[in-house]
Amino acid sequence: MNNKLDLDQKLISLCRNYTKSIADKVEKKIVNNTTTSVERTVLRFLGVDGVDEHGIPLPNVIVDKVRNEQKLNKGISYWFGNGLIQTGLPAQRLAEEISEGKIDLFSLPKEKNKDIIEFILEISEKKSEQIKQQVKKREMMQSKYPLGLKPWLYVIVATGNINEDVKQAKAAAREGADIIAVIRSTAQSLLDYVPYGPTTEGFGGTYATQANFKIMRDALDQVIEEEKRYIQLVNYCSGLAMPEIAQMGAEERLDMMLNDAMYGILFRDINMKRTFVDQHFSRMINAYAGIIINTGEDNYLTTADSLEESHTVLASQFINQELGLRTGLKNEQLGLGHAFEINPEIKDSFLLEIAQAQLVRQIFPDAPLKYMPPTKYMNGDIFKGHLMDGMFNFASIITDQSIQLLGMLTEAIHTPFIQDRALSIENAKHVFNSARNISSEITFNSNGKIQKRADQVLKETAELLKVIAKKGLMQSLSEGIFADIKRPIDGGKGADGVIKKDIDYFNPFAEVFSKELEIKDER
Amino acid sequence: MKDNIIRAYGDTYNDGKIQLSFTFPVKQGLKAAEACKRYCFKLGLEDVEVVHMKDLKEGFTFFVVYAVSKESVNLDKITVAKIDTEIMDYYKINDYIKEKINRKINVVGACTGTDAHTVGLDAILNMKGYDGEYGLERYHEINTVNMGSQVANEKLIETAVKIKADAILVSQVVTQKNIHIKNLTEFVEILEAEGLRDQFILILGGPRISHELALELGFDAGFGSGTKPNEVASYIVQKVYKDSILVKGGE
Repeated sequence: MNNKLDLDQKLISLCRNYTKSIADKVEKKIVNNTTTSVERTVLRFLGVDGVDEHGIPLPNVIVDKVRNEQKLNKGISYWFGNGLIQTGLPAQRLAEEISEGKIDLFSLPKEKNKDIIEFILEISEKKSEQIKQQVKKREMMQSKYPLGLKPWLYVIVATGNINEDVKQAKAAAREGADIIAVIRSTAQSLLDYVPYGPTTEGFGGTYATQANFKIMRDALDQVIEEEKRYIQLVNYCSGLAMPEIAQMGAEERLDMMLNDAMYGILFRDINMKRTFVDQHFSRMINAYAGIIINTGEDNYLTTADSLEESHTVLASQFINQELGLRTGLKNEQLGLGHAFEINPEIKDSFLLEIAQAQLVRQIFPDAPLKYMPPTKYMNGDIFKGHLMDGMFNFASIITDQSIQLLGMLTEAIHTPFIQDRALSIENAKHVFNSARNISSEITFNSNGKIQKRADQVLKETAELLKVIAKKGLMQSLSEGIFADIKRPIDGGKGADGVIKKDIDYFNPFAEVFSKELEIKDER
Repeated sequence: MKDNIIRAYGDTYNDGKIQLSFTFPVKQGLKAAEACKRYCFKLGLEDVEVVHMKDLKEGFTFFVVYAVSKESVNLDKITVAKIDTEIMDYYKINDYIKEKINRKINVVGACTGTDAHTVGLDAILNMKGYDGEYGLERYHEINTVNMGSQVANEKLIETAVKIKADAILVSQVVTQKNIHIKNLTEFVEILEAEGLRDQFILILGGPRISHELALELGFDAGFGSGTKPNEVASYIVQKVYKDSILVKGGE
């Protein structure tokens, strides 16, 4: 791509330097901690699934038992690994016996630390091999049934019933959607566990469960064969069970995950340390599983003023990129988010949108940018809304965006009807097709409004990053630097799930993934 | 026809022309088009033209229809109860609270009973708001508790008491079966039985809610679809202020 806006490259490197120092400080704060959800994820990887007689997931039952004894700081793999060695049982059976009270992990004889680690590493390597198989399967399918042209058409299904979701997803895929996201049930992000099994009831969405992931994956694989086009599946790797959802997605070959470093802190009031530790491990899993993550900067614009807060979006993208790269994600996996949310009544609002979209495109040339549609100024006038969605699609094709979350003309009225989705796909297909090569035809006036706006946003971003680098990210978040939302450093949900690591703490999967992803030893 | 009796207008007075669009769970084809026509006749429409039909795959077809309806309404027979407080914007409302009320306003909202539709409630309460207007959570002079969907009446009242709510917002999609109406009546009855009714401003919202219906059900105000958060906030703060003067016996 030509360097179209003339951007101050020195200022961009300055931003990256600030961001590195921001990420260094965050890492220092998280490196000595693990969380209950990280430990549950380890158990799930080791093969523990299912629920007890009260419906509580077994990974929760076991991790809570160890935590209640104040013994989680060695890592669950120490206790569970020793259990596997001593009993000779398969992981699931052992978990059931622990849950039923037949086996007490603490009263078993203890193997040497070194031997437990060796034993559990061997299992972990085998398990990791299975995930690699899923990556290979994806690559194989995508070479046989190629992905559609970018911007990819991304639509949402949200019926609450996985079987109904399947119908709507298949219809949308056949209409031309490239990406299907299954919206989660309201407030699943605040559940400190992952629900179990297929689900047919949800509020405003469908529960993310491993069984639901599998049902949708199988359905889409069938459509892929028939339509000869690869359809990507998305879910939400956020909230208190973030790394567990990453594990489920890795095993069931999801292709994308919403996975922001700060979303939970800002919009779900989840504790900062908890979020940063969870996002780190969950991103390692996503990196290893070849999953594209989507970050959530678009949300800043829906809550705060989109015109005045543009630089906070860019600043957050720099931070999300740096934190992401440090977990082994490649730039090609960083679906940095932004949105088309400027008040359409403002004169030249479209030019301002182009400025931001082009700016982000040039600063992150390899990232599959995720572009979110207008929602804030959608008011029930479906005709105007459909036009605004068309303008949004036009901005996207002009600036080479990658992941296009399609706007719905019925935004702010109801979750999409089947025809709403079809109309939005038709809208995007029409705009993209009729202006397919427009970006290579366009240059920007070097004294024009677009160039000036881009310069201004970049400058403000550098100033903001400088401040954050000085204060630290956690302090900055507590002062309401993003989206006007203030969160206390030690407040928020899930703080009690943050556990200090012992000197001989061990997480076999972090170990295997780090090695293969060539992440520097974090300790 | 007299001027006060009206029909939908296309290009000639009282021609009754309307447009509608919907989806049928049937494969596209001649049979689908005929089914669509007959369905429109059953809806009481005449001169039905299926101008567009689109295959939505998986056995669904989308229709765009133009038709004529002979139904009419008599404007003379319509009276609408109106909320007559002044509508202020976000900044004015915050200032109003600071200057006139001089303490934070507490608001709790929920979709009660079995209702899981939080679109309307979120439009009014969530920071993001609706149609460019911030929701109540964003107002620094208002403490907002959004209890979400499927909240029991008792639970909502309990929370309202706990946070010393000035106003309780109930959001409800009223269905034909009227179970929601029953639930709303019950809500007001519980408050009355416990002697709490006068402690709160009761606000009802939802796509099929009118101010009139809300008054009928024992609420103080009702807001229908298209209502912006600042309209609700304007009403609440002015009512809080007015009530406080009444208690004090005038300024």
